[in-house]
Amino acid sequence: MSFTLFQIFNGLTFAALLFLVASGFTLIFGLMRIVNLAHGAMYLMGGYVAYAVATQSGSFVLGVVAGAVATALMGLVEQSLLRYAKGVELRQVLMTLGLALIIDDAALVIFGGDTFSMPTPEILKGPLEFFGMTYPRYRLFVLVVGIVIFILLWLLMNRTKLGALIRAGVDDAETVEAMGVNIRKVFIVTFMLGMALAGIAGALGGAFLSLYPSADSEILVYSLAVVIIGGRGSLVGAAVGSLAVSMLSTFGQVWFPELSYFVIFGPMALLLAFRPTGLFGRPN
Amino acid sequence: MILASKTAWTIIVLAGLALLPAALSGYQTSLATLILIYALLAMSIDIMAGYTGRTPLCHGAIFGVATYVVMYYVTTAGGSPWLGMLYGIGMAAVVSLIFALLAVRTSGVYFLLLTLALGMVIWGVCQRWTSVTGGENGLRGTVRPDWLLDPARFYYFVLFIGLLATFIMWRFVSSPFGLSLKGIRESESRMKSLGYHSTKHLVIGFVFSGVMAGIAGVLYALFNSFVSPSSVALAQSVKGLLMAIIGGVGTLFGGVVGAAVIIILENVVSSFTERWSMVLGLLFVLTMIFAPEGIVGKFRTIKWFKKSV
Repeated sequence: MSFTLFQIFNGLTFAALLFLVASGFTLIFGLMRIVNLAHGAMYLMGGYVAYAVATQSGSFVLGVVAGAVATALMGLVEQSLLRYAKGVELRQVLMTLGLALIIDDAALVIFGGDTFSMPTPEILKGPLEFFGMTYPRYRLFVLVVGIVIFILLWLLMNRTKLGALIRAGVDDAETVEAMGVNIRKVFIVTFMLGMALAGIAGALGGAFLSLYPSADSEILVYSLAVVIIGGRGSLVGAAVGSLAVSMLSTFGQVWFPELSYFVIFGPMALLLAFRPTGLFGRPN
Repeated sequence: MILASKTAWTIIVLAGLALLPAALSGYQTSLATLILIYALLAMSIDIMAGYTGRTPLCHGAIFGVATYVVMYYVTTAGGSPWLGMLYGIGMAAVVSLIFALLAVRTSGVYFLLLTLALGMVIWGVCQRWTSVTGGENGLRGTVRPDWLLDPARFYYFVLFIGLLATFIMWRFVSSPFGLSLKGIRESESRMKSLGYHSTKHLVIGFVFSGVMAGIAGVLYALFNSFVSPSSVALAQSVKGLLMAIIGGVGTLFGGVVGAAVIIILENVVSSFTERWSMVLGLLFVLTMIFAPEGIVGKFRTIKWFKKSV
C-alpha cells in the first residue's frame, strides 16, 4: 500500500516537472504553430546554467533565476532566427531541430559527458513524514512549484489582457493582428515565457533527475507525448497530459522496466487514433 | 534528344560508379560504400517527404531496427547473415507497418511529431532492453561473409543491391501508384473524392519506404559490424532527412548527392574537430534559411515546402 502511495507521489512530482516543460511547449505550439524541438535542449541548458551559477554563488534561487534568464534570452535568439522561415511550419521545425543539435553539442563541450546534480538548499534536504510514509522533501517542493506555476499561468491566461491576446492568437492570429494588435510582441513574450519555464524546469529537475547529455531528448519525448495527449495550446491539456504521461511512465517503470516506453506511447497512439487533436485540442 | 542525353548521363554515372574502387584507396572505397548505404536511406525518406508530402523523422529508427536484427541474429543467435538480412528487412517492414497505421492519418507537423515520438520509442527500447540489445554497449561481431571482406568486393555488392533498390524505387514513384501518392500530397481531399482510398495508399507508401530503409539498415550491419543505440537515435533520422533535403526533396536521386555531401563533409570535419554534431546542426539551420529546395532541387521547381504545410 505505502509502496503504491510512494509511486503515486513519484508520479505527481514528475508530472509537476513535466508540466513546467510542456506548458511552454504547448503555448508556443498553439500560438505560433512552431514545434520547438529545441525545447529539450533549452531544458538542459537551463539546468546546466543553474548548476554552474548555484555552485559558484552558493544560492539555489540565484541558480534557478539564472537558468530561466539564460533560456529566455536564448529564446529571443531562436525567435529572430525563425523569422527567416516565417509562415513555413516545416522549415521552422527543422530549424529548431538544428538549433537543438547545436545547443546540445555546445553543452557537451562545456560540461562534458559527466552527470551533474543541482545542489539544493538545506531546508529542502531530507525526508518528510506524512500518512505513515517518508518522502523526499525536495520532490514535494517541486510538486508545490508545479501547482503554483499552473495557477499563475491559469490566471495569466484567463484574467489578464496578455492572456486574452494569447488565447485569441491561438484561435486566429491573423484576425487579432487585423484588430490592430501587435501580435509579434505577444509572440515574443510567449516564446520567452515558454523558454524561461523550460529553464526553470531544467534547474529544478537537475536536482532530482540530474543533468547528463541525453537528458534533453528524454524530456523532449515526454513533452511531445504530453502535448499530443493534451492537445496543442491548452494549459489544462498540458496539465492532464503531464499527469497521464508521468503516471504511465512511473508505473510502467515499476511493472515493465525494460519496456516502459511502450506503456506511455501505446495509450498515446491509441488516443491519437480516435482523437487526432488530443484531449483538449481544437481542430485547426 | 533529351532522352538520348539522359541515357548518356546514366551510362556515364554508372561507369563512374563501377570504376570508382580502381581509383580509390581501401579506406576511400569504404567511404564510397557508406555513401551508397546512406543514399538508400535518404531516398527512402524522400519517398515519404517528397512524394507523399509527409516528412518522417522515424526512418533512422527503422534503419537501425534492421541493423539490430542482423547483428542479433548473427552474433547472439549464431545464424547465417543472409537469413539475418532477410529477417532484418522483414522486421523493418513490420515496424513501418505499425508506424504507418498510427501515423498516416496525420499530416504536416503532426506527422513529423508523431513519427519522431515513435522513432524515440525504438531508441528507448534499444537503450533499456539490455538482455537483447546490449544496452549502451550495443552488439559487436563480424557479420560479413568471408568473401565480402575485401572493401572493393563489398563495394560492388552494395552497389549492386543499391542500384537494384534504386531502380525499384524509381519504378515505384513513376508508377500510377506513385502518381496517386503525389496526388495525395497535392490534395488529399480531392483524391478521396476521386475514389482513392488515400489511407491505404499512404500505408503502402510508408511500408515500401520503410522496407527500403531496412535494406539500407542491413547493409549497414554488414558494413559496420557494430550497432548501438546511437544507430537508432533521432540524430540518425535527422541525418537521413538532411541528406534528402540537401539533395532536393522530391527528386529521388538527389538523395545520392545529399548522402555524398554529408558523408564526405562528416569525414573532412571529423579530421579537424570532434564537433561534427554542431556542424550538422549549423548545416540544418543554414539549409533551412538559404536553400530549402536542395542542390538537385535548385534545378527543378518543386513546391514541396509550400505544399506540405
